[in-house]
Amino acid sequence: MTLSILHRATGVAMAAGLVALAAWLVSAASGSADYDRFMALMSTLVGRLLLIGWSFAFFFHLANGIRHFVWDTGRGFEKRQANASAWFVLLLAVSMTAAYWTML
Amino acid sequence: MKSATGHFIAQRVTAIVLIFLGLWFATSIIGLDSFEHLNVVAFIAKPLHGIFLALMCASLAYHSHLGVQVVIDDYVHAAGLHKMSLFLSRIAHLAVLVMSIYAVFRIGASA
Repeated sequence: MTLSILHRATGVAMAAGLVALAAWLVSAASGSADYDRFMALMSTLVGRLLLIGWSFAFFFHLANGIRHFVWDTGRGFEKRQANASAWFVLLLAVSMTAAYWTML
Repeated sequence: MKSATGHFIAQRVTAIVLIFLGLWFATSIIGLDSFEHLNVVAFIAKPLHGIFLALMCASLAYHSHLGVQVVIDDYVHAAGLHKMSLFLSRIAHLAVLVMSIYAVFRIGASA
């Protein structure tokens, strides 16, 4: 139950993130001065926190989305299974985010 | 107005596309040697990368548009505000879609 709220929250957060993705692409298209300005903005503390948040949102929404696909096939609905997969998805998203930022 | 089944299918088709393109994008970002302008532009300018990015941006915008629509339907009840929120979300998603795809092709064309 809690995770379905988080699925929505991460989705809405990424909807806002689309603006940053578009701004990144447009700044890259408009030249190095604009691009550097955008990258400087994303390198601030707030910018970094947003990027970390969006990366977590991505990994969580991805993993939980696949969980929804499994549910679409009619499997995994039992309470015990649903609880176990919830924890699995959450831990996976946190570790993927951590792994991602150590690799970057 | 979209039918409920159409919404369901479009939401899932874009979800499947985004599993692949999202992971491709995430791994590509890690794979970049640097985030210097020249290097990033060279990456985007590769035809296959441009096509993948454009497809990803289109799927993202559409998937996000559908998702935000559901959230608005569930949480915004006042009729006027509901209609206005849907309208603003549609405009914002269209704007993001046009901006990102134009930028990707612009970079590809100028390389």
